[in-house]
Amino acid sequence: MGAHDVLLVGGGGAGLRAAIAIAETDPKLDVAVISKVYPMRSHTVSAEGGAAGAIAPDDSLDEHAYDTISGGDWLCDQDAVEAFVKEAPEELLRLEHWGCPWSREPDGRVAVRPFGGMKKQRTWFAADKTGFHMLHTLFQTSLKYNRIARYDEWFVTKLLVDEGRVQGVVAIELMSGRIEAIAAKAVIICTGGCGRVFPFTTNAAIKNGDGMALALRAGAALKDMEFVQYHPTGLPFTGILITEAARAEGGHLLNKDGYRYLQDYNLGKPEPKPVLRSMELGPRDRLSQAFVKEQEKGRTLEGPYGAYVHLDLRHLGEKVINGKLPFVRELCQKYQNIDPVKEMIPVRPVIHYMMGGVSTDINGATEVPGLYAAGEAACVSINGANRLGSNSLPELLVFGARAGRAAATWAADQKPPGPGVERAAAEEKRAIENDLLRRTSGKERVATLRTEMQKIMEACAGIYRTEGLLAEATGTLRALRERARSVALDDHSRTFNTELTSALELSFMLDVAECIVQSALQRRESRGAHQRTDHPKRDDEKFLAHSLVRRDAQGALKVDYKPVTITRWPPGERVYGR
Amino acid sequence: MADTVTLKVTRYRPEVDTEPSFQEYQVPRQRDWVILDALNYIKDNLDGTLSYRWSCRMGICGSCGMTVDGEPKLTCATFLVDYPPEVVRVEPLANFPVVRDLVIEMSDFMEKLPRVKPWIVTESGQERPLAEKEYRQTPAQLDEYKQYSMCINCMLCYAACPVYGLDTHFIGPAAIALAQRYNLDSRDQGAKQRREVLSQHEGIWGCTFVGECTRVCPKHVDPAGAIQRYKLSSAIEELKSLLMPWRAR
Repeated sequence: MGAHDVLLVGGGGAGLRAAIAIAETDPKLDVAVISKVYPMRSHTVSAEGGAAGAIAPDDSLDEHAYDTISGGDWLCDQDAVEAFVKEAPEELLRLEHWGCPWSREPDGRVAVRPFGGMKKQRTWFAADKTGFHMLHTLFQTSLKYNRIARYDEWFVTKLLVDEGRVQGVVAIELMSGRIEAIAAKAVIICTGGCGRVFPFTTNAAIKNGDGMALALRAGAALKDMEFVQYHPTGLPFTGILITEAARAEGGHLLNKDGYRYLQDYNLGKPEPKPVLRSMELGPRDRLSQAFVKEQEKGRTLEGPYGAYVHLDLRHLGEKVINGKLPFVRELCQKYQNIDPVKEMIPVRPVIHYMMGGVSTDINGATEVPGLYAAGEAACVSINGANRLGSNSLPELLVFGARAGRAAATWAADQKPPGPGVERAAAEEKRAIENDLLRRTSGKERVATLRTEMQKIMEACAGIYRTEGLLAEATGTLRALRERARSVALDDHSRTFNTELTSALELSFMLDVAECIVQSALQRRESRGAHQRTDHPKRDDEKFLAHSLVRRDAQGALKVDYKPVTITRWPPGERVYGR
Repeated sequence: MADTVTLKVTRYRPEVDTEPSFQEYQVPRQRDWVILDALNYIKDNLDGTLSYRWSCRMGICGSCGMTVDGEPKLTCATFLVDYPPEVVRVEPLANFPVVRDLVIEMSDFMEKLPRVKPWIVTESGQERPLAEKEYRQTPAQLDEYKQYSMCINCMLCYAACPVYGLDTHFIGPAAIALAQRYNLDSRDQGAKQRREVLSQHEGIWGCTFVGECTRVCPKHVDPAGAIQRYKLSSAIEELKSLLMPWRAR
C-alpha cells in the first residue's frame, strides 16, 4: 500500500498547481498525483482562449469582480470572487516566471485581449492554445520537484473514509489491473468536469464527473449542480470548441439570412468593431439561449447534425486569423474541412463547463474532513449561475494553490491511517472483481446505457427546462441505474481494460446526472444557465441561494439551500449592450 | 463511396497471446469520420475488448497516436476516407513495447523528459520575485522558441525515428526539441546544465539527421531542425572552449 501525506486526484491544471503549492509550503510533506491519464493528457490542455487577470492600466480588481458577479447572475460568493480577482494576476504572473509563453505586446509586456462578458481587456493568452501552454508549463515545472510522486494511468474508484475523515483512495493501475489502496492524510479532488453526461460536448472523453461522484459517495455535498454551461460556438458533430476569442477578435454570428441576430435579444446594436459586453461579446448563457429562440423562429440552418448558425471571420483577413487564431483555423481545416479565411464556420451551442461541483469553502475544504477540491470539479463558488469565459483557467491556479496549502496544513497534524482503511479497500476490490470483472451473466452494454443517459439529459436538462421534462429525466435515470446493475463486460482481462473503466465512469456519470436533474427540479426560477420556461423569472426572494445536494443514509438525493455571500454588490439587473 | 471499410486492427492480450495478430472489423465509411471514430464504433458496437488510448479528439492531448497503414498518425486527425476504400491497417506505434492491442508503453519517454530540465533555470537557482513583474519578452524573442513549445508529447516522432528504433538510449526528438525550447527562451539560463545531458553520445550526437521526426510531427515542431541547430551551437561552444578555455562557460 502506498502512503502519502497529500494525494491529488487528477493531474490537470488544478492538481499540478496544488502539488507545486504543497511542495513549496512544506518540503517535508510527501505529495503524490494520481490520474487516469498522463498529466499532459488532462483536459486543461484543450482550453483555448485565455485566462483573466486585471493588469491593464484602465482596469481594476473591482471591475473584474463586478463582471464576474453580474455574469454569474449574482449567484457567486462575493468573498470568494474578491480573493479570486486579487490572486488571479499574481498566479498568472507566477506562470510567466515558470515559462508560460504568453502572447506579448511589441515592448515585451504581457498582452491582454477582450473576452465575452468582460468590460475591459483583461484576458491573458498564449495565442489560442492557452490551456495547452499552461498545462505543459505546470507539468514541466512540476518535474523540478523530485518529491512529487506520480501514479500515471491509475483510475480511482473510491475515497476511503474512516473515523470521520478521508484517509486515502482505492485505485486500479491500468497497466497491470492491480487494485490497491493508497493511503493519504488529505485528498484533493481535481478531476475536472462532467461534460460527457451530455451527448454533444466540448469535453474530452475523460470528463465523466469522477471526482464529483467520488465526493458525493464519501458524504460531501455537491453545490449548484443545475448550472451547466453551453458554449455558443461548437462545431457540429465533433463538438470541437471554436474559442470566444474568435468573436473577441471581431467574428460575427449570423443566422440563415446572414443577419446578426443577437441584436434581437437585448444584447446591444451591431457595430462593425467588437464592443465589450455587447452583441457577440455577451455572456455565454444569453448567446446560447438566443440560438434556441432563433431556431424556434425557423431562422437557423439545418445540417446533418441538426440546427446551426454561422460564425463569420472572413472579414478579419488571413493575417489576423493566422496571428491571433491559428488553432481555430487548424481545427476548422483538419476536422471540418473548412477554411475560415474563405468560408463561414457552422456552429451551435455545445455543453462546455460545469459551474457546480464539490462544495468547498474559500480554501478548497469540503464538508468531509481531509477532503478538498479545486478547479472545475469544485464549486467555491466564483462562477455562480454562469461562468465568464477566461475565468476557469485562473480559477484552477488560484484555488488549486489555496487547496494545496490548506491540505498541506491539515495533513501535517494528522495521524497515519488506521486499519479500517485496509478493510474497506479489500471490500472495494472484491466488489470490482465480482460485480464487473468476473461476471458474465449480465445483459446490458455500457455504450447503450451511456447513449440513453446522454439523450435524456439533452432532451430534458438542456438549455431550457420544465418541471415535466425534469420529472421525465428523473424516471429515466432511475431506470438506467437499475439496468446498470446488470452490465456485462466483453472484456475480462486485467491489462489495460478500458471497458472496465468505462463501466465505472458510467456509474459516476449516472450519479452526477441525477444530481443535475434533482437540483434543476428544485430550483423553480430562471437564473443564468438554468432556464425554466415554467418559471421564467429570477426569484431572489427564494433562490438567491446555493443548492446543496447530498445522499442520505438510504442513498436518496436530498437538496438543501444555503445563502449566497454578498459583500459589496447587491443583486441587480444583468445589462449587456447598453 | 463504399458503405463500409475493413479495419485491420492489431490485437494483443498478454495474458492469452504469445504474439500480436490482426483482427478485422467492418465499419461504416463515413465522410466525416476519423480513424478514432471508427475505433469507437468498434468498441461501442462490435467488440468491447479492443483497447486504445484517446481523450480530446481535437489533436491537442496527444493520446491517440497509432500506426495507420504504416505511418505514425494522430488517429483523431486522420480521416477514414483518405485511405483506400477496402482495407485500412491500424497498429500500435512502432519502436515501443506494446502493453495491449493499440496501447504502447511510454514510460521510457516519461523518464527521459526530466533529464533535459524542461523548466526555467536561473543562474541564482531562485525564482524571480513576483514584485519584479514579468520578464519582458518581445514577440521576436517569443518566436525564437515558440515552435518548439508546441510539442504535445504524442510520441509520433519516436515511432518514426530510425535511431530510436535501433537504440532506445537515444534521448530522442521530442526531448531534444523541448530542451531547445528552454535554451532559446530569453528567460532561461539553463543551457549549460542541459548541455551535460545533450552532448552525451545518447544526446544529440545520436541523431543521424534522417528528418523523419519533422515529417510526421502533427504540430510542426520540427525536432530535426532543433537538433541541427543545437548541434551547430554545441560545436561552436566546444570550439570556443578549445580555443579560449578561459571563456568557457
